[in-house]
Amino acid sequence: MSLPPRFTQWFASRGWAPRAHQLGVLAHAEARESVLLISPTGGGKTLAGFLPSLAEITERGPGAGIHTLYISPLKALAVDIARNLEAPIAEMGLPVTVETRTGDTPHSRRQRQRQQPPDILITTPEQVSLLVADPHAAHLLRGLRTVILDELHSMVTSKRGVLLSLALTRAQAHAPGAIRIGLSATVADPDALRAWLMPSGAEPAPLVLGKPGAKPQIRILSSVERVPWSGHSSLYAIPEVYEAIGQAKMTLIFVNTRSQAEMVFQALWEANDGNLPIALHHGSLDVAQRRKVEAAMGEGKLRAVVCTSTLELGIDWGDVDLVVHVGAPKGSSRLLQRIGRSNHKLDLPSQALLVPSNRFEVLECTAALQAAEVNAQDTEHPMAMKLDVLAQHILGRACAGPFHPDELFAEVASAWTYRKLTRAEFDRAIDYVATGGYALRAYERYAKLKPQADGTLRLAHPRLAKAYRLNMGTIVEDEMLKVRLAHVKRRLGKRVVVGGRVLGEVEEWFVSQLTAGQTFVFAGEVLRFEGLDEFGALATRSNDKEPMVPSYQGGKFPLSTYLAERVRQMLADPKSWRDLPPQVRGWLSLQRFRSVVPKAGQMLVETFPRAGKHYMVCYPFEGRLAHQTLGMLLTRRLERAGLQPLGFVASEYALVIWMVRDLSLAVSSGRVALGRLFDEDMMGDDLEAWMAESALMKRTFRNAAIIAGLIERRQPGKEKTARQMTVNTDLIYDVLRTHEPDHLLLRAAWDDAAEGLIDAHRLGAMLRRVKGQILHKALDTVSPLSVPILMEIGRESLYGEGHDALLAEAANALADEAMRLV
Amino acid sequence: MPFSPKPRTPSPTRLCGLSRSHRITLSGIDFIPDLSGAIFAPEFSALLVADLHLEKGTSLARRGVHLPPYDTRESLLQLEAALEATRPRRLIFLGDSFHDQGARERIDAADLTLLRSITARVETVWITGNHDPAPPEDVGGIIIEEMELGPVSLRHQPKMLRADEAEISGHLHPAAAIHARGHRIRCRCFIADHRRLIMPAFGSYTGALSVRSEAFKGLFGDFHVWMIGDQAVHCFPAARVR
Repeated sequence: MSLPPRFTQWFASRGWAPRAHQLGVLAHAEARESVLLISPTGGGKTLAGFLPSLAEITERGPGAGIHTLYISPLKALAVDIARNLEAPIAEMGLPVTVETRTGDTPHSRRQRQRQQPPDILITTPEQVSLLVADPHAAHLLRGLRTVILDELHSMVTSKRGVLLSLALTRAQAHAPGAIRIGLSATVADPDALRAWLMPSGAEPAPLVLGKPGAKPQIRILSSVERVPWSGHSSLYAIPEVYEAIGQAKMTLIFVNTRSQAEMVFQALWEANDGNLPIALHHGSLDVAQRRKVEAAMGEGKLRAVVCTSTLELGIDWGDVDLVVHVGAPKGSSRLLQRIGRSNHKLDLPSQALLVPSNRFEVLECTAALQAAEVNAQDTEHPMAMKLDVLAQHILGRACAGPFHPDELFAEVASAWTYRKLTRAEFDRAIDYVATGGYALRAYERYAKLKPQADGTLRLAHPRLAKAYRLNMGTIVEDEMLKVRLAHVKRRLGKRVVVGGRVLGEVEEWFVSQLTAGQTFVFAGEVLRFEGLDEFGALATRSNDKEPMVPSYQGGKFPLSTYLAERVRQMLADPKSWRDLPPQVRGWLSLQRFRSVVPKAGQMLVETFPRAGKHYMVCYPFEGRLAHQTLGMLLTRRLERAGLQPLGFVASEYALVIWMVRDLSLAVSSGRVALGRLFDEDMMGDDLEAWMAESALMKRTFRNAAIIAGLIERRQPGKEKTARQMTVNTDLIYDVLRTHEPDHLLLRAAWDDAAEGLIDAHRLGAMLRRVKGQILHKALDTVSPLSVPILMEIGRESLYGEGHDALLAEAANALADEAMRLV
Repeated sequence: MPFSPKPRTPSPTRLCGLSRSHRITLSGIDFIPDLSGAIFAPEFSALLVADLHLEKGTSLARRGVHLPPYDTRESLLQLEAALEATRPRRLIFLGDSFHDQGARERIDAADLTLLRSITARVETVWITGNHDPAPPEDVGGIIIEEMELGPVSLRHQPKMLRADEAEISGHLHPAAAIHARGHRIRCRCFIADHRRLIMPAFGSYTGALSVRSEAFKGLFGDFHVWMIGDQAVHCFPAARVR
């Protein structure tokens, strides 16, 4: 536990003392042990990670190659951390060089980093994979002593973390003595992170805990306005949010989706009678624009910023003293992480204001507030073993040089994430990388990996290494188009649109549904779509207040299982309704009077007629994805039972299905048993039959196919020819299902869908939970609890995914029109 | 959730079947679009297909892109099903039937047998395309640059038409998109006015090009598209096509 004198003097000169957790990490590092530090933001966590390296490099002397890899999830964060590290290094006069390497680092600098590596390299997970795929990796990493993993909790829950875990096994092979220091915010299961840091089978890394911060002060907005039944815009609360901004020095306003951010920003701007400087920050905005906002925050020039998760992680960009969360936070940990952005100093309590956008969200916000009070965590578990990621890693391994499969298997299986990988699975992945892994051995002579006499495998062509570098990574984004602000000019009496500066990027599917002249909200303005040119979409400023095309697509994050449970308990316990605003309390009391409120553990199913149709509403509170899957499966069953379902809509909290026949009657006459209807066995053949044709499944397959390198990503600049040539992944999916149903990629896609878009795991758990616990209420009319979901009907898409139905409808509508004209 | 794959019913993946309600008429001759992307001329008992791009899979494989090597089989099974449904006397390929000149070398033995059994059953014509200026001569059928089917010229690439000429071609792989209920739906399509018809690509791994793109400029007057859905062919006027 010794800090060199230079360091202690530096701390003293600033009137600080090293904190206990900083010394704790140092002690483990000195003993050459990996360690996990869990500490709230603002606790000097970053410095805790760096101290051991700074001390050791000072002792060792500079210029002996990369000593420390610092891995951060965000590019911008890497740059800021490097800048923040410069101060202590300069002030202590340490002989330590620090550089960054991200996707933006120019080629010349990378070359130089290769010749003269810095002592500390601050970088991102993808760059680590690229580094170990370099033929010179062994030389570059020979002096590696420490790997610091920043914001580890956020990296391990995605495929990025899985790929990183494999890159780390490679780095470890070059530097067996290197230790890992994980830095993390508070998580639900620290033991999983401790295990993640270590080779499989080893003792979990020791844990050092930072001092917890002051308890946050959270309140829920109690509006004088009526809280809406449904929807996500929260526009009713804008005057009150604006007032709160006026009272604070600097406010961060978090929302869940980009389009929500646009909407809230625009509404605030309209309410901005005091001309407060309010800005917007989200992932689709142009980078330069985002950097400008961050700089203005740092200089204290702004009073409020509306943002998505883009400002959730990392260092401070100013003196935030209030966090407003518009819409429900969906999880306790996410809420805590976000409100930790205010009063980013440990001793002061964070101030937060929650703004529910509808009545169910009032329940959810209340549950989140209670969870945050007891500091309950509901972070996801680290993601394990993904076959598509493994395939990418194998190709990367081959780019570094020939390898022996036995050795690579041992290395991969040493990652905690792949501890359950079998040799057979590994061999299939190798086969896939080499020739596509098809039963029809058509590609032997075009294999990417060639067996050598000594049993090793070698990359068949250097061109493949180049393709790897362009296509690696696990983040598959929607195809994006640049949006440029255009000017309209008159030339020879004609209206000519000329492109101007780039405003940001928007999903291609969104642009494709626009026609010239339609207005939409982007970058905080209402824009008029003018058309496309070879660089992307062109738009001009519009005077419209209301955009013609809304772009809302529902919450991005599903409600966490933990919060869902809390909401269900709150609903079941009328005594707890005291804490709710009067309107919401009244709504629930009316539900008790008109229908029934389910007890803890029960799931309520209501059936009632309305406007000539029959409705069934159930309330599982398992998130929209799981409800959507349930809707698909239940409509199949209801169809077989002859009830003629017409459509369904799923929300975060409930599912409604409407049909021609009377379900109440079918239940009371014993023709349909709800217990049978909701039986877990729907997860078998029905699920499989539906998934096979599902568009969600095809999207998941596309992602796996790109990650595994079956098809190449579109490269910027190449799109024009690529568009015509790209083989549609839906076709590949169909062909594979026909000819090779147990192919590795189909399996990878199935696994992803089951935990992702289809959320089958959660649905399965829910069906088990409600077995024998279904509370049926047949009603004469709509129940109070069902109003919000009924109001969603018409906003969301409808039953089935078949495009043919829509095509036929559109064609028939034309025919009708034609008949009228006659 | 266990992964328990069940194979689909054996090929073809896409459905086949002549449209019951749609006819495309050129110079007084009726052509019936088929769900597979083929077109049938009852008056001549001829089935027309364009742009099969056989062995595109193995062609890409040389560049290290290993798509499932079943595209040739898939296309041939598809073709067989279309033949089964229409029972024509003649089968006419409108060019780019083979993805490149090396396709014949790479084709799998079983697929070659399948192809030969098809050409043995019907009178087969291979119109040459830019991808296959010299299609293989040992797979049955005759090879020709252009031909006439009654008053209609058949060729690979659309040409400037003479005053009284009508034409069926391929080459461009047309696709069209319409908007319905806030959805954009894009499919392969037949596109035609009263003089010119361009066929969709029949092959399994062929991409498609929007009929609104530059390549289609000036080819058509007031046209219609016949979009190929999963279950049926749907016709739309030019004004609806985005």
